[in-house]
Amino acid sequence: MAGSGSFGISSAPGHYNIGGLELLCDSVKVHNVKVELQNGAEKLTMKDLLGWVRTNLIKERPEMFMKGDTVRPGVLVLVNDCDWELSGQLDTTLEEKDVVVFISTLHGG
Amino acid sequence: MEGADSKPVKVRGRQCCICDKRRAALKRPKTLEQICRECFYEVFEEEIHQVIVQNQLFKPGERIAIGASGGKDSTVLAYVLSELNRRHNYGLDLFLLSVDEGITGYRDDSLETVKRNEIQYRLPLKIVSYKDLYGWTMDEIVKMIGLKNNCTFCGVFRRQALDRGAALLKVDKLATGHNADDIAETVLLNILRGDIARLSRCTSIVTGEDGPIPRCKPFKYTYEKEIVMYAYFKRLDYFSTECIYSPNAYRGFAREFIKDLERMRPRAILDIIQSGEDFRISTSTKMPEQGTCERCGYISSQKWCKACVLLEGLNRGLPKLGIGRSRGLNNDHTKGAKESNGTKSFESKQCGTLDF
Repeated sequence: MAGSGSFGISSAPGHYNIGGLELLCDSVKVHNVKVELQNGAEKLTMKDLLGWVRTNLIKERPEMFMKGDTVRPGVLVLVNDCDWELSGQLDTTLEEKDVVVFISTLHGG
Repeated sequence: MEGADSKPVKVRGRQCCICDKRRAALKRPKTLEQICRECFYEVFEEEIHQVIVQNQLFKPGERIAIGASGGKDSTVLAYVLSELNRRHNYGLDLFLLSVDEGITGYRDDSLETVKRNEIQYRLPLKIVSYKDLYGWTMDEIVKMIGLKNNCTFCGVFRRQALDRGAALLKVDKLATGHNADDIAETVLLNILRGDIARLSRCTSIVTGEDGPIPRCKPFKYTYEKEIVMYAYFKRLDYFSTECIYSPNAYRGFAREFIKDLERMRPRAILDIIQSGEDFRISTSTKMPEQGTCERCGYISSQKWCKACVLLEGLNRGLPKLGIGRSRGLNNDHTKGAKESNGTKSFESKQCGTLDF
């Protein structure tokens, strides 16, 4: 993953990986995180995770990562190496040991 | 997610709509197809091959430099071109050409990536530096002029540096990693600036055929999303950090706007390129005349090329020379009949990372 600029997270202990976006979280690329379910929720969704990441991982310039309640356009999301556009984007449900990768495409090529 | 809203989200096992065997790994923005990794590699590479063939971008025996920044686009370009060159016997000699702008903490790191690519893809690498060519690094320029017009210097210098590097390598052509998103963005910017000369040029897949070294864009129709996915799935080694000197505000807005449009309707990117192509310049519009710089011999529509004007300013301690509306040394030259539309735009160009 050297220099690929992705930022990953995995849940419980998940693994979430961020691309280029690691600069927003103290340059840490891989985060193993345990995300508590919100009161009464049965499953963790990507929507929950994004909220959690924004509060707990992003240290600066959250607008580089999110816009409204979803990722900023130009940030690609993969859940277990699969484009989240195939799994329902924000509605994608997450399970233990899932790997979520965020890759920013918004910097120079 | 057409109509999928009501169903429970158990969609992880969707099949690839091309092979119908493997699990889909991404949704193609161009076609909305859901395809697996293997089929993705195949269509991605094949489409680029078709673009190369249909537009006759290369001829057998040619020496081709790949403008390599270490970023995702040029890394994928280097990888795919060397792959296609082997697979389809293009008969090309490929080289990596990098520009060292002299930006500590940015270019020095990305050049390390290019040096690894040199070994990984077994492509000879040539690095040309601003320091050697112009006597100034970007760090030194920024120290002198601050963070206001630095991207103008960098953009003008990079364009020439690539040409000079290409000449040193004695290549026939320079291939750059500009992708469909970049081109759509540039179409919009040129419209916003009223830059008709660049608007008509920026969608061309080959430019500078009348100049010393033509440039081509094999990724003209390739979506950024697919380039990034390709690099990610193939675990290609690339560098991804924003230039430390680039506030990039104006281009940044255009970029975000394009991405917003893409989210709503991915075809929008190709449609903007199409719109750019279909604009016709009326014959009454005066276009800049191409000549050569009296000082260094580089192509220029003015007495001195832009790089020489900027350098003169730096060396005389007048860094504003060549920036903004007053055109310093070339002032008298542009009056009257030679007044042109195309020359003002350099000054307003925010960031030179993409030069067309």
